[in-house]
Amino acid sequence: MTAAAYHDEYPSQANSYLRDGHSLWSWLASTDHKRIAILYAISITLFFFVGAVAIAIVRVELVNPNGQFISDDTYNKLFTLHGIVMVWFFLIPSIPNTFGNFLLPLMIGAPDVAFPRLNLFSWYLNIAGGLFTLYAVVAGGVDTGWTFYTPFSTMFSNSHVLAAAAGVFVAGFGSIATGVNFIVTVHMLRTRGMIWFRLPLFVWSLYATSLVLVLATPVLAVTLLLVIAERWFGFPIFDPTHGGDPLLFQHLFWFYSHPAVYIMILPAMGVVTEVITCFARRRVFGYTFMVYAMVAIAGIGFFVWGHHMFVSGQSPYASLIFSFLSFVVAVPSAIKVCNWTATLYRGQITFEAPMLYALGFIGLFTVGGLTGLFLASIPIDVQVHDTYFVVAHFHYIMVGGSVSAFFAALHFWWPKITGKLYDEAWARFAAILMFFGFNFTFFPQFLLGYLGNPRRYHVYPPEFQVYHVMSSTGASVLAAAYLLPPIYLIWSLLYGKRSGDNPWGATGLEWTTQSPPPTHNFLAPPSIETGPYEYHEKGEAPEAGLRLPHPAQSEPR
Amino acid sequence: MTRLTFFPVQASTEAPHTDFIYFGLIVFSMAVSLIVVGLLIAFAIRYRRSAGTRRGALPEWIERDFEIGWTSAAFFLFLFAAFWTGATRLSALTPPSEAMEIHIVAKQWMWKTQHPSGAREINALHVPVGEPVRLAMTSEDVIHSFFVPAFRIKQDVLPGRYTRAWFNATQVGSYHLLCTQLCGTEHARMVGDIVVMSRADFGQWLVSQPHADDVVREGQALFASLGCSACHDGASKVRAPRLEALYGRPVDLADGSRIVMDDSFIREMILRPSSHVVRGYDAIMPSYSGLVGDEELLRLSAFIRSLGQAEHGDRG
Repeated sequence: MTAAAYHDEYPSQANSYLRDGHSLWSWLASTDHKRIAILYAISITLFFFVGAVAIAIVRVELVNPNGQFISDDTYNKLFTLHGIVMVWFFLIPSIPNTFGNFLLPLMIGAPDVAFPRLNLFSWYLNIAGGLFTLYAVVAGGVDTGWTFYTPFSTMFSNSHVLAAAAGVFVAGFGSIATGVNFIVTVHMLRTRGMIWFRLPLFVWSLYATSLVLVLATPVLAVTLLLVIAERWFGFPIFDPTHGGDPLLFQHLFWFYSHPAVYIMILPAMGVVTEVITCFARRRVFGYTFMVYAMVAIAGIGFFVWGHHMFVSGQSPYASLIFSFLSFVVAVPSAIKVCNWTATLYRGQITFEAPMLYALGFIGLFTVGGLTGLFLASIPIDVQVHDTYFVVAHFHYIMVGGSVSAFFAALHFWWPKITGKLYDEAWARFAAILMFFGFNFTFFPQFLLGYLGNPRRYHVYPPEFQVYHVMSSTGASVLAAAYLLPPIYLIWSLLYGKRSGDNPWGATGLEWTTQSPPPTHNFLAPPSIETGPYEYHEKGEAPEAGLRLPHPAQSEPR
Repeated sequence: MTRLTFFPVQASTEAPHTDFIYFGLIVFSMAVSLIVVGLLIAFAIRYRRSAGTRRGALPEWIERDFEIGWTSAAFFLFLFAAFWTGATRLSALTPPSEAMEIHIVAKQWMWKTQHPSGAREINALHVPVGEPVRLAMTSEDVIHSFFVPAFRIKQDVLPGRYTRAWFNATQVGSYHLLCTQLCGTEHARMVGDIVVMSRADFGQWLVSQPHADDVVREGQALFASLGCSACHDGASKVRAPRLEALYGRPVDLADGSRIVMDDSFIREMILRPSSHVVRGYDAIMPSYSGLVGDEELLRLSAFIRSLGQAEHGDRG
């Protein structure tokens, strides 16, 4: 290609994706992965606050052991709303569909995902599902918990189970489509030189997540269809009075819902890896082991569902196998924690807000992982199953882990997405407040759980009150911390300084293009010759005060 | 608000075992957390950008050796933990054979309990201290869960089948019985008391209960009134299996398989007799589905079991 032809084909400057049309329609009908990411960001933020308000009422209610101002039914409906909305309309789409959508093509040097229109369709499916669910709330609510256990959900509940199940069913197809889209994108659209073991670990995490999405979500769809069939048509599947099996539901449900935990945490691991390596100015310690660990988590994660059923009446011998496999799935997570810690070794560490969130993630994820070992132990699980211990454990993973990583990603890639800088002091303050608020809220719940306070209890024995008061106090700190980022980020959007293309001096293809990126991401297809984290020469650790080498990405040829 | 407590009371033989594992895991977790958080803080301070610490080169072989090291360390540690915690549970699976059996029927939102003597309670269960107690549990509607934190036991209670649990109380007192499976509106109010009494007090309490036939007698009465005895009695003209000394033994089925005669099998045969045909007999038994309730099924089981325990069934 001659130089002249090159310049004809690839202009040297292009409009950012944000300037590519300003009408509402230009957003709602956009097939640009970056605009779709923004659509997801807006919708999941709204859902997050719906779920948060529901649980805020619950936490206020729980200050008094006899309840205060809502009925038993309302209480059950509120925590169900919190669970359904947070799991399916915030956590599962959170990192993959916002940052994954925005960054996957940028990180592998592609102009878009493989199926841009399918990508937009996924968002509409997610929104349609969300609206079904919100309809269920407006119409009177659902009281089965997010787990829809049968035969309660199919035979006995008098609430709007059908609408909620239909909502989750529809949203599930959005998940599947996104998974297929990401897998094909990684396989087909990697740019020149981007071999598999040069992929950034965030891309690997999205790839592993997509495999789980594609393989597990259809099982959820089938399960919900069976619930709908029994509830609507009286088709006896789970009803024991007609030869059905109520435990069958739990096997099917957890066959999806345990891997779903990994859908929530794998992308978070990817984000944290990108952030730590950048702010430690170190190559990731053990890149290949990080890849294998993520693939192992995605794979083994399919074989541990029975640990949700130790007291359900399943065979005790099956429980022993599931207990063993649940310990095994902890090994790759342990490897990752060790690698993140080792990446800091001999680094040049700075503590910008994304790094604070990432360091907080490691601590909280470690606590969440270790308490997972308690739950994998059958005798301990017998005591703490369906108590606050379980609630605390999965919030350490999903909120302490995934939501911390979500905020790490939000701050880390904010300059890339918007082209603006946020206020560092406020961001650090929010990160620290969130960390402490989170621990104040959930740590007491471990103690509460082992003491025997069941979850989903509107009223509880008075001796547990002291821990509930602590937890609710912590929750108000946490709520305050969550309200800060929307304020200073909107301020940054309006009045923030321009960030430049690469404010962190990070490696990775996404930092080589403009901020915000042009509509088709790169002015010319990039090509690379090195791994993703070239912060220094192999085998070296740059000394203090040295100018750090610039990202070793080659210029487009 | 009462004072801060960190651990529930230990009131059963199982509790110290569970707590021992709990403490073991706490010590392990604290050690791991201290190492991880300690290293994070140490590295964060020592290798902050403004620090003049010498970094030095980091040879490449370190990476692979460390990875193999902590992967195998984690794997063997977890393997040991899985074995240790699993093995403890195995020995707790089977209740002692002399355990007294309590029948429990759960419904929205109530626990109904019945003693071998026939005494019935609602949302309460009185038991003697130091005596193993076996629970045979079923539900009339949705799934519930029988949880006594002080005993460290929990077992879901399912409609349409029996689940079992057992405990041996070690301390006199009154303990929470809680439902831990979301079962509807008043889930949080489906609670009761397990009252552990000295043997003498328990004996007095039992005597003072409104008089009722014991469970076996109630079962025997049902056996007659439902017409079971018309066929399953030796003197009957209809050929049906006699039930003496059958409980707990394997039964040969017409399809060549074998099945152990237990509460679940008895229930299955009463409600859906055509599901299993015993070898050598015709499938002529009618279904009693809809005619007998969960509590009655438990009484019939108790009666049939009593036939097995006696050397020569006393059929009156």
